[in-house]
Amino acid sequence: MQRKTLQVAGIALLAHLLALLAWHLVVTVGKVPAFILPSPAATFATLGNARYDWWGNTAVTAVEIMGGFAIATVLGVLFALAFTWSRLALTLLMPLLITFNMIPKVALGPLVIVWMSYGVVTNIVIAFAIAFFPILLTTLRGLRETEPELLELVGALHATRWQVFTKIQLPGSLPYLFSGMKVGSVLAVAGAIVGEFIGSEAGLGYLMLQVQVRLDTAAMMMSVLLISLIGIILYGLVSALEALVVVRDARLG
Amino acid sequence: MPVSADPMNTEAAPFIRLRNVAKTFTRDGAEFQALSDASFDIRAGEFVCLVGPSGCGKSTLLRILAGLLPANAGSTVSIGSPADPFRPGRDVGIAFQQPLLLKWRRVLENVMLPAEILGLPMRETRERARDLLNLVGLSQAERKYPYELSGGMQQRVAIARSLVHDPKLVLMDEPFGALDALTRERMNVELLRIWEKSGKTIVLVTHGIGEAVFLGQRVVVLTAGPARMAADIPIELPPQRTLELKTSEAFGAYSRRIYGLLGMS
Repeated sequence: MQRKTLQVAGIALLAHLLALLAWHLVVTVGKVPAFILPSPAATFATLGNARYDWWGNTAVTAVEIMGGFAIATVLGVLFALAFTWSRLALTLLMPLLITFNMIPKVALGPLVIVWMSYGVVTNIVIAFAIAFFPILLTTLRGLRETEPELLELVGALHATRWQVFTKIQLPGSLPYLFSGMKVGSVLAVAGAIVGEFIGSEAGLGYLMLQVQVRLDTAAMMMSVLLISLIGIILYGLVSALEALVVVRDARLG
Repeated sequence: MPVSADPMNTEAAPFIRLRNVAKTFTRDGAEFQALSDASFDIRAGEFVCLVGPSGCGKSTLLRILAGLLPANAGSTVSIGSPADPFRPGRDVGIAFQQPLLLKWRRVLENVMLPAEILGLPMRETRERARDLLNLVGLSQAERKYPYELSGGMQQRVAIARSLVHDPKLVLMDEPFGALDALTRERMNVELLRIWEKSGKTIVLVTHGIGEAVFLGQRVVVLTAGPARMAADIPIELPPQRTLELKTSEAFGAYSRRIYGLLGMS
């Protein structure tokens, strides 16, 4: 078991190294100019440029992504619970939320900036807005996904609503919640960067706009790599938590 | 034990008494007769099979016995007697066609679910669940998750679960319907053994005529279109039933009679 996990991890690492190699070959063999596509080595070398404050900018973006994602998870689950418990909440709020979800979050960005000025909090709000809905929807679906016959089986024993909820619905919804969180984690990354593009004074998205003007393509590539890295770490955390909480067979993948 | 004025009568008092049990559903304003004319008795400890085609009302009848559905006005459904009281919401165990195990619980915890819902003491329940797993031949599997078991094993777990709270009445709705034919026959023999050991009253719904004759001390035949009870047949086969019995003349005669009642001969 352990050995197999190591093997899979090894292959994953190898695939990434091969992709780097391919990138390197495209640049060197194709003689691509550095302002179009810098080599991997040139890209990583920009990390040495202290003017770009890599640590600071990465931290800001990470806080925005994680913050927006965390709030989306908490509120998504709370709303799903409320909708499961109250028919009124579902019929009253769900149509509003669906309409809200139709708004392109990019279009929402400038408004949020008008309301809250630009900065970390604004970008957290945008990341939250884009990650919230899928988490809500999948959790809601999971809470409802109980076999009717199982409900009869416990209903014949006069199980209370609370027992059905804690013993059957809630644990049954966890695989769905994690599936929603995985989608949400990817979207939260996009949300935070969109926020930084629209208006900000720090973060990797902000940095990208700064270095774009100087045609420092290597720094732009590096920013993209770091943004992805934050996303990968978040996704990994969600997957690790899932592996801990959800029995293998119940996982939705 | 309450002393009855007429001991003979107490002796004969059935555990379940059904008289003119009917059920109509209203769907989109139209009335739909799901069951009519069901009148029969079940003695405590008896194994009764309800057999019939889809739409004959056998599952409806089972749900009425489980207290999940009310019967129509005019129906008599009485379960238990002063000598043998029955507590609705407590004394009923159910097994369905699908095992319906909780994927995130190990086998032992799955078996314990009904007792948890009833708030029975956990230590005794765990003991009992272990005994039952032993009875269904799965004592080695208590730490496993459902996905690690075959379909037949999962259904054994479901049967153990239906017994864990020591119910007086066990209701089974096509419990082996999702299993392959050979596993199903093996499970039939197994179920008879479990019934003999546990002494429970079992009502089992099936559309397998052979299964009904093999398992039941009595077979209640229900027909569809219109849904009604057609016959209540005592099965007088040797109490020690083995699979060879299925090839016997007597077994064939019972089966032919039921096929005839269902208009299939």
